[in-house]
Amino acid sequence: MRPSGWQILAGILMNSIYEMKNYPIIMINTVLSPLSFLIVITFVSRGQLIGEAIEGGLIMSMFQAGTSLQGDLSHYKNDFKLQDMIVSTPCTPTAYVAGMAIGEIIYSIPAIVVLVALAGIYIHPGVIDALELLAVLALMFMASVTLGFTLSTFSSDIVQSFAFSRLISTLFSTLPPVYYPITYIPFPYRYFAYLSPTTYAAEISQNLTGMVQLDAATIATAWVVLAAVAFALLLISMRKARWRDV
Amino acid sequence: MAGEGLFCESLSKVYSGSEGRKALDNVNLDLPSTGIFSLIGMNGAGKTTLVRILATQLQPSSGRASIDGLDVMKDTGKLRDRIACVPQEARTSPWMTPKQVVLSYLLWRGENYYEASKKAMEALAKVGLEKQADVLNRKLSGGTRRKVLVATVLSSDAEIIFLDEPTTGLDPISRRDLWNLLTGLARNRFLILTTHYLEEAESLANTIGILHDGGLIGLGSLEQLRSTVKYQYSLMLASNQALPPVRDGEVTVGASGQTQVLTDEHEAYEISKSLLEKGTKFSMSRTSLDDIFFRLVHGASEEEKRS
Repeated sequence: MRPSGWQILAGILMNSIYEMKNYPIIMINTVLSPLSFLIVITFVSRGQLIGEAIEGGLIMSMFQAGTSLQGDLSHYKNDFKLQDMIVSTPCTPTAYVAGMAIGEIIYSIPAIVVLVALAGIYIHPGVIDALELLAVLALMFMASVTLGFTLSTFSSDIVQSFAFSRLISTLFSTLPPVYYPITYIPFPYRYFAYLSPTTYAAEISQNLTGMVQLDAATIATAWVVLAAVAFALLLISMRKARWRDV
Repeated sequence: MAGEGLFCESLSKVYSGSEGRKALDNVNLDLPSTGIFSLIGMNGAGKTTLVRILATQLQPSSGRASIDGLDVMKDTGKLRDRIACVPQEARTSPWMTPKQVVLSYLLWRGENYYEASKKAMEALAKVGLEKQADVLNRKLSGGTRRKVLVATVLSSDAEIIFLDEPTTGLDPISRRDLWNLLTGLARNRFLILTTHYLEEAESLANTIGILHDGGLIGLGSLEQLRSTVKYQYSLMLASNQALPPVRDGEVTVGASGQTQVLTDEHEAYEISKSLLEKGTKFSMSRTSLDDIFFRLVHGASEEEKRS
């Protein structure tokens, strides 16, 4: 079976364009959600942590793409029986997930545009730094999307699935040092932060833009862990996700 | 032997956590893949499980199944090019319009956008929804939303179509319209249809399968199923009408006082003659699928109790 651009477009249309077109008010929420933390952190730190908060907002947007994907795919699967309908077509799981995941990103575009504009004003990253930041966000996106898809295929109850998606979002993007430097967390609690892949993403991005000064070994470890988590989750989704029910 | 047609051999399914209860129990089928094959049975009989296995959505626990020689487990790629399915309890997204639903489905099948757009409108016209094509689904009635789902599979070029209770929630007129549509569709495609409406299976199906507790207890055309029960004729008398003695048959008096006699051809003739002589009003027909279904399911339940 061949994944085609049209199959990916179907997911994009269903998971973002149609909803945004038919209910434009949704776009206000997509801007407000990631920006709310940024605003709070900026006010509380009297502007000191605005750079960290902008980068945190971008990381959170990428991570939440995956947790939202889990909730949305579970909703489509359990309430609309969409996954069953699509399984009985030539569409591959890769094309289905790719379309839906890109849909999540498109959904977040209003917030991403604001965050990128703020990054241009307050952080001024160079081209190389921006590309590295992009790589971090891409890995974060890949990890969260593959995790979201795998979990959604196991779900049979939408209420439980949404609760789980919110829990993951809180554990991995709100609590860890995404919106603030990891140096703010005292030892031994800092070790707990390293259980979240978003911590490594934040370390790399905050170091790139000079907000924290970490040694090369720590940054190299962060890249390795982030890439390993992303690829491990990709492998798990390829082997364990239940496209066909058991 | 697996070849052309729908073939199942010792097909069984036990869901995890079901304490070994077989949702599908040793089902064997060998049918031509033409016309309409209707699966009927009580709730939990195994209809949806069988459809989901055949539509490559669910793994069987044991046994094998194929359609036109394509194994549902090994040849999924080739099979999925040829099938389309509207699952039981499928719903349309409230924030989408009927046209957007059908269009997306066709894109998922690999059609290009422009072709899909054209086909979507054609399919919606077939189910009488061309005027509501751009209305949000949340503003449509439950029956109309059901028609949108049927339009998705109609729009595709799939040769094998699975419809799991497609007429549930439709009003009688819409149901009849859909029957006509399905009959037309079955001229060049193979339809596998599950339903709770026995008159639907009776009217539409070339072959009927009766499932009970996961097992297939009846299979064949209506005529073939009729031949498996003891009595092939049914006489109905209005309430307060005297019935002559019945030598061979089953007499049932309904709650409204209406009397039904199930009997064989000779006895039906004798009773009708007697009723006509007395001027008693009655009707006579061949045994309906309703009667056959009741007899077979009742018989299977009795057998289970005995064993």
